[in-house]
Amino acid sequence: MWVWLLRRIGQVLPTLFILSILIFGLQQLMPGDPALILAGEERGDPQVLAQIRAELRLDRPIHEQYLYWIGNVLTGDFGFSWRIRMPVSQLILDKLPVTAQLAAMSFIIAVLIGVPAGILSAVKRDQPADWAANAVALFGISTPNFWLGIMMILFFSVELGWLPPSGYVPLTEDFWQSIATTIMPAFVLGTGVASVLMRHTRAAMLTALSQDYVRTARAKGLRERMVVWKHALRNALIPVVTLGAIEFGRLLAGAVLTEQVFTIPGFGKLIVDAVFNRDYPVVQGVVLATALIFVLLSLVADLLYMAINPRLRQA
Amino acid sequence: MKTMIRAALAAFGVLAVAAAPASAQHLRIALKEDPDILDPTLSRTFVGRIVYAALCDKLFDINEKLEIVPQLATGHRWEDPRSLIITLREGVRFHDNEVMDAEAVRYSLLRHLTLQGSFRRSEIADMESVEVIDPKTIRIRLKGPSASFLAALTDRAGMPVSPKAAEALGRNFGTRPVCTGPFRFVERVAQERIVGERFPEYWDARNIHLARVTYLPIPDNTVRLANLQSGAVEFAERMEPDDIKTIQRSRNLRAVAVDELGYQSISINVGNGERANTPFGRDARIRRAFELAIDRTAVNQVVYEGMYVPTRQPFPPASPFHVRDFPPTARDLPRAQALLREAGATLPITVEMTVPNNPDLRQVGEVIQAMVKEAGFDLRLRAMEFASSLQAAARGEFETYLVGWSGRTDPDGNIFSFSRTGGGQNDGRYSNAEVDKLLDEARTELDVAKRQALYARAARIAFGEDLHRIYLWHRKNIMAHSARLSGYRPIADGLVRLQGVRLQ
Amino acid sequence: MNAPAITMGESPARRALKRFFRHKLAVFGLVVVVAFVLIALLAPFIAPYDPLQTSWTRIRKPPSAEHWFGTDENGRDVLSRVIWGARASLMAGVISVLGALFIGVPLGLLAGLIGGWVDGLISRVADAMLSVPFLILAIALAAFLGPALENAMLAIAITASPVFVRLARGMALDAKSTDWVEAARALGNPPWRIGLFHVLPNIIPPLLVQASLAIAEAIIAEASLSFLGLGQQPPAPSWGSMLNSAQRFLTQAPWLSIMPGLAIFVVVLAFNLVGDGLRDALDPRADRK
Repeated sequence: MWVWLLRRIGQVLPTLFILSILIFGLQQLMPGDPALILAGEERGDPQVLAQIRAELRLDRPIHEQYLYWIGNVLTGDFGFSWRIRMPVSQLILDKLPVTAQLAAMSFIIAVLIGVPAGILSAVKRDQPADWAANAVALFGISTPNFWLGIMMILFFSVELGWLPPSGYVPLTEDFWQSIATTIMPAFVLGTGVASVLMRHTRAAMLTALSQDYVRTARAKGLRERMVVWKHALRNALIPVVTLGAIEFGRLLAGAVLTEQVFTIPGFGKLIVDAVFNRDYPVVQGVVLATALIFVLLSLVADLLYMAINPRLRQA
Repeated sequence: MKTMIRAALAAFGVLAVAAAPASAQHLRIALKEDPDILDPTLSRTFVGRIVYAALCDKLFDINEKLEIVPQLATGHRWEDPRSLIITLREGVRFHDNEVMDAEAVRYSLLRHLTLQGSFRRSEIADMESVEVIDPKTIRIRLKGPSASFLAALTDRAGMPVSPKAAEALGRNFGTRPVCTGPFRFVERVAQERIVGERFPEYWDARNIHLARVTYLPIPDNTVRLANLQSGAVEFAERMEPDDIKTIQRSRNLRAVAVDELGYQSISINVGNGERANTPFGRDARIRRAFELAIDRTAVNQVVYEGMYVPTRQPFPPASPFHVRDFPPTARDLPRAQALLREAGATLPITVEMTVPNNPDLRQVGEVIQAMVKEAGFDLRLRAMEFASSLQAAARGEFETYLVGWSGRTDPDGNIFSFSRTGGGQNDGRYSNAEVDKLLDEARTELDVAKRQALYARAARIAFGEDLHRIYLWHRKNIMAHSARLSGYRPIADGLVRLQGVRLQ
Repeated sequence: MNAPAITMGESPARRALKRFFRHKLAVFGLVVVVAFVLIALLAPFIAPYDPLQTSWTRIRKPPSAEHWFGTDENGRDVLSRVIWGARASLMAGVISVLGALFIGVPLGLLAGLIGGWVDGLISRVADAMLSVPFLILAIALAAFLGPALENAMLAIAITASPVFVRLARGMALDAKSTDWVEAARALGNPPWRIGLFHVLPNIIPPLLVQASLAIAEAIIAEASLSFLGLGQQPPAPSWGSMLNSAQRFLTQAPWLSIMPGLAIFVVVLAFNLVGDGLRDALDPRADRK
């Protein structure tokens, strides 16, 4: 077990290495001269452009740029943002709590809604409860986040005045205020993920309920509820765990539109702004940080598989 | 379950109280974008200048009529066309309590020239040397006469920074700027907020009625408005024309439409590489037909509720250099078709237009597309993300490019680098020796009337005959604020000056 | 549920079809999907107006007898745009998800069944790709391949595939440990055979669910791509790009966002119903209940 864990952790490095090459390669493919965009309205001055290129080593060959960057990263230096001159590590540390809090809250909402709804609709299959749950779930996934977000702001903030329309207050500063600023975006993000979890839980439960051992258990006269919970749910959780890990990871970096609407800048907004401004050190640093979290999440998912399916442990 | 609901409701009750406005003395301003670095030498964005209005005073400022007025200076005088004497206000202190004197001003001006990565170098390129005459007087010697030099000192180039702080922080000065403005920098959280608190030693403290100012970047327009409506901010800059109605319906809000110094235009590739070698790029008559097929007023009506001012030139109506008898052309389809026949063009003429991915510009593209179709143009729109479009334009990978400019106080900043041969933003590589001569002359002409005539002639050739760029309209900055706020002075540069602003 | 006895000698495909058509909701879903495909194909004949015809006198008019879905910011008929938009959106939704399935599932099965360094490599690359922002890939591809709907579909397929890799891998790992796969392996079946005949049928349900959900995401993703210069270019409509331009008028002209939004919802619902029906039809154990 410990050997396995160590080996898995050892695999983190190759992932990050592949990723760093991938990102550097894609940046090369991207049009848009960073010097032009960084120069802003001063871009008319060729001297300014040349100076930016020299300073940011954009005039060097790509492999040299990569080696320079990776060398610094290995010593713990992620460089600084080209656009606002803040250290990338500071930006990451600033945004990590926001992103983590938002992702965790959304995920809790998603699990609380998605998993029970999935179980319910599997158990009550082809009954009104099932249809209702499905319709709501699919509505959740086909509703664009920006639409739901703006509607919620207009209703809860402008009409009712209950919640602040946007912005973020850290948990450590004021607990309730922090929850107040994150509850709406967490809900918007959570409903999308809840739909995914609901549909997968339902499908997996249906499969599990038709498996031999569940039917055997039923035949043995175990109480229906016991059957559902003990046997079926355990198997139903496998795709949910896989999807859960991926969706949680997506919540970290992919919540761009929601972050934008609620002006809760986390990793998603940081990356998007950095891409649009061609602020490559920020792109590279943040992507690396998200990748690290992703890999850790997939590790957790694998551990959970083992907890769910004891037979895997021998494999 | 019931207790849970009750608990949840109670929690909401707490939140509702917590969401109430912070303090009557605290002004919160919603910005459209997050500013870049806050160092007057290194910053580049328009939005950053809005924040400088609180943090950094300038030697000169501009007023409602776009006239240059003293701010940290008390006056100026030209000894001769190459030598400028500036007298400084006494008793001005930096936020670190250092005294702002002639030495500090000299230091700050030279910093623009020496600091690595400076963006001010071209603005004060005419400066040869700075001499300290006495603690409150400096003399600036220029390499040659310059009509636009003083105007440069009304912006970032004219912001003195504390030499002590600038020396200590070097290129990281922008993370903790120390200037002379009415508010002192407190903190910045990237993409979230920039906070300033009242600087008690401010030289004009009696005009400052606020204790604190916070700038919040809120890019989404609807959300910026929602923040204003729910009282989470008191001021929001650059709203959409569509919002004016909503704002006017509310008793608690006010909207002000301020003329902008810039413009929206279609830049045409007439000489940059292969893509210029089309009938459209070669023949001015075809471009004129294109212009005549566009109904500027109608586009403006459809997309901007008729708020913007149609134009044919880069100089806004508020500027003394606006060419009075050069009105925008009206739509004239028969003439457009006649011109196309005269040019012997085979219809339809295919033209590609690069459009940055901004929702209203995309709509402008679609409207123009429908209009010019009637004259015989097949306009293909190419939506592109902004950074990509800039590079495509610079490399000549475009036929036409829908692009705007935020504008400058001095007319030179609105035309020179766009229409002069070799100009840095002359993406279409337009080149006309006569225009070049006129623009060069206008740079050094100190007499306003003569300078005006030079620009008028240049505009008539470059935009009236050669049509290397088709100007569409001058935009407006739509500012919205709470009715509790008073004392805001709308000035065409789009800045939010805090002097005189009060909150009830 | 009591299924009628199945006559011996019927092929599994026939039995699956029968099971599918017994599922009323699934049939309903199929009818809706077919209807939308027909709408897309027959757009020139069904659409009441030219979807590109602008009119400056009827901008953002609410739904009326003349314009059932109202008019948009350029005075174009929203109903006609929804009808024409079905083409781009269905293609973006369906083809890109199929692409993602074809890329993702075989790789995931390989990783799960073979394990070892193959699993290591595939999983690491999938992890890495999951953390590459969609935007970077989209902008890079837009520049590299040029603006076209097919390229947008390619970009969506590439970015959606790691999810299928992970899903297939997780299910394969689980299936590998089951008795019947172990038995098959003991009998000397090669891994590809095990993958194709023993594991794949068992992982179909979650794949179907994910694929029918991914269609919704793909339709919406096409919109952000067309905005970046990949995908449908203006003024040609797609539901996603209609939603995008409606964002400016959420409160002033709500029908601009509701109509294409509703179209997406109905199509996604239909695909999910069909997915559910397929799932039941392909489940080898379904008859034994």
